[in-house]
Amino acid sequence: MADGTSVPIDVIAPGQVRARRNTMQRFAQRRSTTGFFLCLPLILLIAAFVIYPAFYAIYLSMLNKKMTAFVGLGNFQFLLKRHTFQLVIFQSCLFAVTSVVLKAVIGFILAHLMHNIPGKNQRIWRGLLLVPWVIPLALSTLTWWWMFDPSYSAFNWVLNQFGIDNVPWLGVGWTARFCTIAVNVWYGTPFFMIMYLAALKSVPEQLYEAAAIDGANTIQKLFFVTLPMMRNIIAITVLFSLIVTFADFDIVRILTAGGPQDMTHVFATYAFQIGIQSGDIPLGAADSLFMFPILAFAAFFVLRGVTRRTKEIAA
Amino acid sequence: MTAPEPQAVGKMTRRRALKVTAASAALPLVHIRSGRAAGKLSIAFWDHWVPAGNAAMQKQVDAWAAKNHVEVQADFITSNGQKNILTIAAEHQARTGHDVQTFPTWEVHNNADLIEPIDDVMKRLMDKYGQVNQVCEYLAKVNGKWLAVPTSSGTQYKGPCGRISVLKEKAGLDVVSMYPARAEHTAASDAWTWDAHYKAAEACAKAGIPFAIGLGQTSDSVDFAGTLFRAHGAELVDKDGNVTVKSDKVRAVLEYAQKLVKVLPDDAVSYDDASNNRALISGKSALIWNPPSAWAVAKRDAPQVAADCWTFPAPTGPEGRFLPYLPYFWGVWSFSQNKTAGKELIEALMQREPVEQRCTEVSGYDVPPFTTMLDFKIWSEVEPPKGTVYNYPIRPFHKASAHIAAMPAPPEIAVQIYNRGTMPTMLAKLKSGQSIDQVISWASDELEGFAR
Repeated sequence: MADGTSVPIDVIAPGQVRARRNTMQRFAQRRSTTGFFLCLPLILLIAAFVIYPAFYAIYLSMLNKKMTAFVGLGNFQFLLKRHTFQLVIFQSCLFAVTSVVLKAVIGFILAHLMHNIPGKNQRIWRGLLLVPWVIPLALSTLTWWWMFDPSYSAFNWVLNQFGIDNVPWLGVGWTARFCTIAVNVWYGTPFFMIMYLAALKSVPEQLYEAAAIDGANTIQKLFFVTLPMMRNIIAITVLFSLIVTFADFDIVRILTAGGPQDMTHVFATYAFQIGIQSGDIPLGAADSLFMFPILAFAAFFVLRGVTRRTKEIAA
Repeated sequence: MTAPEPQAVGKMTRRRALKVTAASAALPLVHIRSGRAAGKLSIAFWDHWVPAGNAAMQKQVDAWAAKNHVEVQADFITSNGQKNILTIAAEHQARTGHDVQTFPTWEVHNNADLIEPIDDVMKRLMDKYGQVNQVCEYLAKVNGKWLAVPTSSGTQYKGPCGRISVLKEKAGLDVVSMYPARAEHTAASDAWTWDAHYKAAEACAKAGIPFAIGLGQTSDSVDFAGTLFRAHGAELVDKDGNVTVKSDKVRAVLEYAQKLVKVLPDDAVSYDDASNNRALISGKSALIWNPPSAWAVAKRDAPQVAADCWTFPAPTGPEGRFLPYLPYFWGVWSFSQNKTAGKELIEALMQREPVEQRCTEVSGYDVPPFTTMLDFKIWSEVEPPKGTVYNYPIRPFHKASAHIAAMPAPPEIAVQIYNRGTMPTMLAKLKSGQSIDQVISWASDELEGFAR
């Protein structure tokens, strides 16, 4: 045989062999088959490190504290009745929404400023502004913690130079909330900036020229050309950031550990405290799963919008 | 019987190969106790703050391993970022990991279902060295069985450590005369009450060098609040699990605390376990509640501060004198492949001589659990100033008891009271201006949740 394989005579009819070979060849030659095999390592990794833990967490969240009996949704019901957990829901939403909005606005402004810096200088500024995003988060948060430190705060030292009293940055509820959000914004803004910058660069120059001929001013160009062309990128970036910010652990854990008086706890830090520190893993799992419906809800609407707009553009 | 087939004799058949393989695979599962324990053993130790602590432990483990022909893998796991607790949780879930694990405070109860009883070792050790304190029993004895051996490594008291000169000048408190570095009870020590503590704190705060006592949710803050509550007989939850926060004793301790929190630093509510140390070492505080680790760092970084430090027992209250105590335990996982060797190593490491060697190496930081071991020379010898940690371990003439916050509540509730920082949060709420009724109402709601 041409391909060097041998088949015992009379076992399979020649016609059947040809048909099977053709089917196999067609299957192997399909682009989707190649694609599937190329994706297989990633699929296996996601299955092992995302899907399995997610289902295991759901299983754990339905057990009693000693993990000996099935309690259904009992842990979720219990959590919802607790005043501290209601505070955690409020704080998580406040932390995520405020951070993402601020990151989106500041990132958008920075991207425009960056877009207007010519040539080589733009690369330098782009590199510098990406630094917060590149430094390991735990490390940079520790630096912030030192700057907010109650006794040796660099910020307080500066305030003292102007005759202003020390501010207990991490010791008062709303101030501590502000600090955690500020650090998250500092860390996450470069991501928005770089995404928006990429989107800005892909807007065709002809659209601006056409708008200019029509007499559009800068604001009108922004609202009727730039923003519509960036909508999909903005939506995807906001969704991605919302997911990451809701799941944030490092910043709150390092800066305040949830204090003072539980006023800065987010889902992840609270789950760690009740699940790992207090030995109630099912309750910790239930707490962490509260993020899931909120994010699924956001993801559904954002992705639906993106799909609709993509179809409109294609049409 | 049929004779074996000639070709099978001396030949490796498939059946025989399977049998040999199965037998070889089963070998590590069997460990026969003998004078010469064998096999492999892995043990997770707490990564000691004092660098010399790990080296001393490794040396003792190596010596035991060589003597008993056991291949021992010792890992030192830090408690920074609670990596030790995460490791324990992971090993518990996976049912694999080290053979012997170091369990901090509440972790014995948290993992009781997978820890091997160790009554035999505890009985021999207690027969030889006497009883351990009630905190050890509360934390490591589950359903009448010892599940882990209280160890000296990392075990600490957290009594007051004050600046001798500052307390004398600003508050008229001569702590060296009150608790001298010798076995002597003084009349002044009887006057060391919680009221005296408040007066000294108030005087030092007025002088601009306050007591650096935290009202955060980390261990140092919890331990301080726990001993304050206990000295006033204020229990949040009783030993039967009933929420008892709405009591006169809780109200009494909160009335005391309402005064005390006003003279603590403004940032006390955001303190972590390092904040008080830094306050003492930088010379900004007259007194902290801490083991001698802060003094040890001061000895290196601020020698003039270290030479002015004195560690002494807690004040006494209406119910007695209680000292915060945080023990570590060594236990053997029930899934361990070499339980006997694990128990033998624990027993060997808890003999008086190795315990004293390790204690000396870490300048007296480690406190042995057995009362007969509280006479090591190191606590008299450490300086400057000489005798600074003589009163660090509880001595008979102190008339004090070890205590852990939330005891005697059932441990599954107590661990939540402790780790959620319920008691210091109550004090923090007072500092933020809430009334005693509001604080009790909040605590009551929290505690009902813990008792689910």
